[in-house]
Amino acid sequence: MNDRERQWALWMKAADAGDASAYRRLLGELATFLRAVVRRRSASFSLAAADVEDVVQETLLAIHLKRGTWDPGQPVGPWVAAIARNKMIDALRRRGRRVDVPIDDFVETLPAPAEDEQLSARETEKLLSVLKGRQHAVVKAITVEGADIRATAARLDMSEGAVRVALHRGLAALAEAYRSFRE
Amino acid sequence: MRTTQLIDALATDAGTKPIRFGRVFWAATILAALGGACVFFALLGPRADVMAAAETVRFLFKFVVTIALAVTAAVVLRRLTRPGAELGTVRFALFVAPALLALAVVMELTVTSHDSWTARLVGHNALFCLTMAPVLSALPLAAILIALRRSAPSSPAAAGAVAGLLAGGIGATFYAAHCVDDSPLFVAVWYPLAIGLVTLAGAAIGARLLRW
Repeated sequence: MNDRERQWALWMKAADAGDASAYRRLLGELATFLRAVVRRRSASFSLAAADVEDVVQETLLAIHLKRGTWDPGQPVGPWVAAIARNKMIDALRRRGRRVDVPIDDFVETLPAPAEDEQLSARETEKLLSVLKGRQHAVVKAITVEGADIRATAARLDMSEGAVRVALHRGLAALAEAYRSFRE
Repeated sequence: MRTTQLIDALATDAGTKPIRFGRVFWAATILAALGGACVFFALLGPRADVMAAAETVRFLFKFVVTIALAVTAAVVLRRLTRPGAELGTVRFALFVAPALLALAVVMELTVTSHDSWTARLVGHNALFCLTMAPVLSALPLAAILIALRRSAPSSPAAAGAVAGLLAGGIGATFYAAHCVDDSPLFVAVWYPLAIGLVTLAGAAIGARLLRW
């Protein structure tokens, strides 16, 4: 296991224990890693730049919702790469192609510096509108407006616990929306 | 939504503890076996002469085959549901149960006279086997598939199919305790058909239910 893997595994374990800042750092690095991987792979599949960022976001969502499938002791990179590979195949399928993306291309890619972070994902934008009521309000406040749990709770006149639940369910619903969007 | 904003939201949700899928998986497998046992004792129960049967090799060997199938399917399924893990040579574990059964068939053909083969193959309970083994597998299949919704299989249909093999192995194990047909010739024809039905059902349901 190299240094990067060791660091990612440490952050992952900390995140599992509820450490939000370790988790944020991990996801930030993974986003950079994913962007490089997806961009490199997408060159041969003519995936537009905005679509690349969509795949990155969908993969991050899946990483979050499926992080119970990561085992401590298992390297994080191949786990992330496998999830990214699936999401990328989905994205390409959505555009009506059958593809076979070799897994090796993912694992061996080195992270590229974060560049086109300014690209806002069109699909996610559209998908956010799928969320209803409080879930929509909470997810929108925390993502687009950058509010924290406490501020969101105060603004929406909810308890912090209710905000946490709405956020988690909202994120799961967002991933679900991606799925149904596919069909 | 910017990616950084999404990351902030995900980090904000870090307080929601992930549940280790490994634990969920083995708990569901045990639950599946217990569920199968409940249905078995409610509907069928062991055959009347089970104590005497337990002293015969043919009866016991049915369990060697079905339990081998369940165990190997569980190991392969666990691997299939772990993103980034190579299936590799683990896949060959699925050949263990068929190989054991094939070996038993050869031995049966060697030690019995050929005019008894048809009767041994047809048995007493073929249609009953084809219905009851899948019935006994239904609850285990449901338990395993529901647990698998937490996983992230790269092929939902394949994961569903192996879940079907596991559930079929569990169902067949219980069915074998009720069934009076012990000849490997019977087992080699009807059990795979019954388990095959469960496997097909698992693949079909998995393809829909296990997408993520």
